[in-house]
Amino acid sequence: MSDISIISAVLVVVVAFFAGLEGILDQFQFHQPIVACTLIGLATGNLTAGVMLGGALQMLALGWANIGAAVAPDAALASVAAAIIFIKGGDFTSVGINVATAAAIPLAVAGLFLTMIVRTISVGLVHTADKAAKDGNIAAVERAHLFALVLQGLRIAIPAALLLALPAEAVQDVLNMMPEWLKGGMAVGGGMVVAVGYAMVINMMATREVWPFFALGFVFAAVSDFTLIGLGTIGVAIALIYLNLSKKGGNGGGSVGSGDPIGDILEDY
Amino acid sequence: MTEKLTLSKADRQKVWWRSQFLQGSWNYERMQNLGWAYALIPAIKKLYTKKEDQAAALERHLEFFNTHPYVAAPIIGVTLALEEEKANGTEIDDAAIQGVKIGMMGPLAGIGDPVFWFTVRPILGALGASLASSGNIVGPLIFFFGWNIIRMAFLWYTQEFGYKAGSEITKDMSGGILKDITKGASILGMFILAVLVQRWVSINFTIDLPGKQLSEGAYVVFPEGAVTGPELKGILGDALSGMSLDQVQAQTLQGQLNSLIPGLMGLLLTFLCMWLLKKKVSPITIIIGLFALGIVARLLGIM
Repeated sequence: MSDISIISAVLVVVVAFFAGLEGILDQFQFHQPIVACTLIGLATGNLTAGVMLGGALQMLALGWANIGAAVAPDAALASVAAAIIFIKGGDFTSVGINVATAAAIPLAVAGLFLTMIVRTISVGLVHTADKAAKDGNIAAVERAHLFALVLQGLRIAIPAALLLALPAEAVQDVLNMMPEWLKGGMAVGGGMVVAVGYAMVINMMATREVWPFFALGFVFAAVSDFTLIGLGTIGVAIALIYLNLSKKGGNGGGSVGSGDPIGDILEDY
Repeated sequence: MTEKLTLSKADRQKVWWRSQFLQGSWNYERMQNLGWAYALIPAIKKLYTKKEDQAAALERHLEFFNTHPYVAAPIIGVTLALEEEKANGTEIDDAAIQGVKIGMMGPLAGIGDPVFWFTVRPILGALGASLASSGNIVGPLIFFFGWNIIRMAFLWYTQEFGYKAGSEITKDMSGGILKDITKGASILGMFILAVLVQRWVSINFTIDLPGKQLSEGAYVVFPEGAVTGPELKGILGDALSGMSLDQVQAQTLQGQLNSLIPGLMGLLLTFLCMWLLKKKVSPITIIIGLFALGIVARLLGIM
């Protein structure tokens, strides 16, 4: 509820820096909400609240990936800033989570612009590295690379430090000023926006061949007794069965025979 | 004749560790080029001792490069093998090395995206998030450790595979195994995506429909005044056998929709988003639009 202590604030900035590094590297995943929010929760002594926010935000960010020219919203700034606002707001209920999630969206866009700026600056650094390479100066090439990386970290660490500098009362006042219909409406919107991430991924993957598996998944999921692990097992099994059958049916000419496995079995008799 | 120069396992591990920083200086001009050179530096130092050779190697590897950051690992492996040959005097020109890199990065990126970004990460993320939503610390732990173990093992083993196979790997590019992996991943991915749409896209209408008058015998008739033991027994028995307590059965729009299949509206919303994205509407615009829609719907009392 209160302001964050100096030690916690420093730790949060460190987490933010790592989230910024990962926002470009995409290896350890410190920028994913479920990791970043958990770490910020841990740093400020609100572990459970951070984990819950991370879970909610992760659902939203599942489909965010940089593919080729397509630019995805920036998960790093969104998760770090949302977690700071959430902790400072002090409302650890589902309402607080929804408000923080909604606040994360414009920040994901802001983060996008920041990374575009750094990626442009990196062009200059690459030219520095070119000159160093010509001279065989290996250390200078390494420095240029690492400097670009550090800039990506600062891209998140600096906004996080600025947010931390705001007094908690100010954040709470803003959040308290929001009328019920706005908070409730954000909760309703929050339930719907996850569809956008899924839609992005489906658009990338969907082919005529794999649509039936989408239908299967939807119907299986409607049986609420299946857990996520159970559903995953069904999915793996179906994928393996399909791959094996399509190999066997391969010499059957034309399309894959496995679309009709019973037919295949009957033909064998 | 000097001894043959080879990269030791320690050298290859250094390259492996550095390859994780591949995208650190991602830039709009040559993309991952500097990160690529950075990853190869331990090998360049080992293989070339003369300064002009080192400089030439660095320049050769500062050319344009861009692929999925994980499938870069087998390409690095092949490049290490080629550089090793070159350092030992085999005639391999720069264009050949660049050709192998460019030739591999396209098809491999086509495997990395569906496998990692669209299958493994959404599945691990959804599993972790569904646990984390209730405050369970196991959620983030599963996601973080599960992901990093898979990733680091993949980077190391495919780099080693590339190194040992050398340039042979390019011939296997269109081979069956890779096709199977990609197809299997997209099948599993589509299945899980449908699960996520059904479970996590939530749309709840709060509109009440006019109640349905039940026919006689479908609801419990309560006697006037005090109830005796046997009468109460009869009433409880009726209730347990599934009779309604009220003569008018309340009906909600949501209940009606759920009786078709739960999650139908979420599915339709997902299709709408897919269509909008195909029409080049930016995802951020859609997200902001949905929040606005939610606020309006709450104000009007329909959601």
